Amino acid sequence: MDLTFQIQGGDFTSAGTASSEVRRTLKELGVDASVIKRVVVALYEAEVNIVAHAYKGEIMAQISPEQVFLRLTDQGPGIPDIEKAMTPGYSTASQEVREMGFGAGMGLPNICRNADVFNIHSVPDKGTTVEITIQIN
Amino acid sequence: MTVKEMAQTLGLKVLAGEGGLEKKIIGGYTSDLLSDVMGYADAGYVWITLQTHKNVMAIASLKELAAVVLVKGFEPDADTVELAEQEDIPILSTTEQAFELSGRLYRLLHP
Repeated sequence: MDLTFQIQGGDFTSAGTASSEVRRTLKELGVDASVIKRVVVALYEAEVNIVAHAYKGEIMAQISPEQVFLRLTDQGPGIPDIEKAMTPGYSTASQEVREMGFGAGMGLPNICRNADVFNIHSVPDKGTTVEITIQIN
Repeated sequence: MTVKEMAQTLGLKVLAGEGGLEKKIIGGYTSDLLSDVMGYADAGYVWITLQTHKNVMAIASLKELAAVVLVKGFEPDADTVELAEQEDIPILSTTEQAFELSGRLYRLLHP
């Protein structure tokens, strides 16, 4: 099953909508709760990253009996130094975003911790693609 | 222990999401960083925070938290209340600081 969502940069009132939809679908499919928890954390963080950093983006969730595959593609500033971005506590979020309690530099580490496979590819001034695979069994 | 029993024992005001007062509490998490809660809180936890915006309820719902407690008399935004009602996740309020409330909740859950 494939689900697709369009994400608008800066739209914090809708942040988490895609994660919530995917969670609902996985529940309906009877996927194990521990798997759903990992998908929710990884997807929410990646979704918020688009809202906080990019101009717009698309989320594709591919659910099969074996795995959940998520691909998040955005048009945005990109990440010049991915290794630095992966460092816990490092963030380039704006002051406004930080005041909301986002931008603690925990997003990418949270994704990494919950994904079985995690790929990130970024082109500065173009955008970032994140791929997350979580095994169901 | 239910959210309702916690609210009564700790003297917390119920601001929204009354439909969820019978939810069971199994723990608590105190943080104002959303990714911290997203990554480390668990289902059935009470989230103690001073964040008042709608994303708090989005996280509470995604993580299946039992309730959110706002400290220092902070008031939730209107759309935060709306989402709490919709999701039946109680928002409670105290005038205490996070440290004090966390301590009292900890003693209540681990007597």
